Amino acid sequence: MLWVAIGILLKILVVVSIALGTVAYLIYVERKVAAYAQDRVGPNRAGKELGIPFGLLQPLADGAKMVLKEDVIPGYVSRPLYMLAPVIAIVAAMIGFAVVPFGPVGPNQIMNFQIAPNINIGILYVFAIGSLAVYGIILAGWASNNKYAFLGALRSSAQLISYEIPLGMSILGMVLIAGSLDLNQIVNWQDRRVWGVVVQPIGFLLFLVSAFAETNRLPFDLPESEQELVGGYHTEYSAMKFGMFFLGEYLHVITVSYLTVLLFFGGWSLPFHLLNQNQIGFLSAVFKVMVLLFKVALMILFIMWVRWTLPRFRYDHLMDLAWKSLIPLSLVNLVATAAIVQLIYSSR
Amino acid sequence: MRADDPKLMRIEPPKLTLAERFFLPQIAEGLGVTGRHVVGVAFQKKAITVQYPEEQHVPSPNYRGVHRLNKDEHDRIKCVACMLCATACPAHCIDIVGASAPPSWPDREKYPESFVIDELRCIYCGMCEEACPVEAIELTGLYDLTGLSREQMIFDKTKLLSVFDATKDAEPMKYAAPPPGPAPETKMLPSPLD
Repeated sequence: MLWVAIGILLKILVVVSIALGTVAYLIYVERKVAAYAQDRVGPNRAGKELGIPFGLLQPLADGAKMVLKEDVIPGYVSRPLYMLAPVIAIVAAMIGFAVVPFGPVGPNQIMNFQIAPNINIGILYVFAIGSLAVYGIILAGWASNNKYAFLGALRSSAQLISYEIPLGMSILGMVLIAGSLDLNQIVNWQDRRVWGVVVQPIGFLLFLVSAFAETNRLPFDLPESEQELVGGYHTEYSAMKFGMFFLGEYLHVITVSYLTVLLFFGGWSLPFHLLNQNQIGFLSAVFKVMVLLFKVALMILFIMWVRWTLPRFRYDHLMDLAWKSLIPLSLVNLVATAAIVQLIYSSR
Repeated sequence: MRADDPKLMRIEPPKLTLAERFFLPQIAEGLGVTGRHVVGVAFQKKAITVQYPEEQHVPSPNYRGVHRLNKDEHDRIKCVACMLCATACPAHCIDIVGASAPPSWPDREKYPESFVIDELRCIYCGMCEEACPVEAIELTGLYDLTGLSREQMIFDKTKLLSVFDATKDAEPMKYAAPPPGPAPETKMLPSPLD
């Protein structure tokens, strides 16, 4: 029992520190992608004196800046909520990782690459946590006592409530087909048959669009809206408190990329069963983790690529898209999938 | 204008096709555009920016940078202290104190005893250059104009003449007798401001 607890704590430590380190470098990658898309070069200086190329020390410099900056707390904020909001933002983003498998999981694997393995409501938990993240934003906007922050928070709450629905319904097709809410079962099903994107193309598109909205990334970054809302909910935040919102956003990006890969791109599996769930050796586990990481990295790059391609939606268009297009479409998709599963699968 | 005026033209927004209403083909096209730029910069060195201290941007020949006071072939200042540039200057940044020319300069009555330009007030419009009847003041291609204090940025006659010495090879006088053949391209100059 003790050893199990220590193992879980170790896993948490590793996952959290890797996630935070990755986030630091994601910000660097984001800046590079932004620069490239705009025909610039991007950060390439930090670390030059130490012989480190491509400005790879930039995240460290950014982090040091965040920590050392003066933390201004305006006099008119309501302090307890103001302090609480960034904590909620980052904690909500981080505890979502608890059920995300980052490698093969199963009774005969050498190790469960998941903090809380074999939770049969895994994906529901992720979405429950995902909706908690909006509290960070709403509290930040409310506590700031600033009209821009407040408007950003209002937009955020409406947006997240609207997009929770298509997000939740878009995965139900995959859940029905795989017959489980456990992410590992879904990956195993895809390993046995085909990738989710093949059987659920509409579900994949709906999930992708809603996921962009859930992570508050462009083209749906209306809570932030630098141009209209001077930063939205984090207008009044500075130094590391701002940094925590930032980290939270990128953690969300990682979680969403993991979910996309796990649900629709076969998780750790490769085409032609090069890696399958019956391989239980150490080497295959390493390969599976690496394949999964590679897919997730591609997904993150895609999210960044989209950010620097699409402009922000107008607010009424955003709501139209959710309520008039995505939700009916996801309902149709869900009903059709349910019918097919019931009529074809169960009869076999 | 009345609502039923026959000259009134009603313009309807173009009807979107089904593909356009779905956004997705358009999004894919947009991703292609940004993707080409990303690949171009990342793999083909197509960035349009310049890595400043190491590489330096060469401005176009009609760029309006730091002023210089031209000298004639006898190494004398060309300015005749006519005050036309100071009068034309919309920012009032030129301050000239004229004096009678020394007797050894028979071609003119006056010369500037002091010629001061406040480079921080100047708006680099080039009106002084246009106003000058003797092609004595010109704007050079120097753009990295920096200083540690306001006083440092007030350039006197010596400084402005030294700008001429530093830039005369790369940028010949614009309105003097044109040099034979095509004008050489402006090259990066050693900073005369150190």
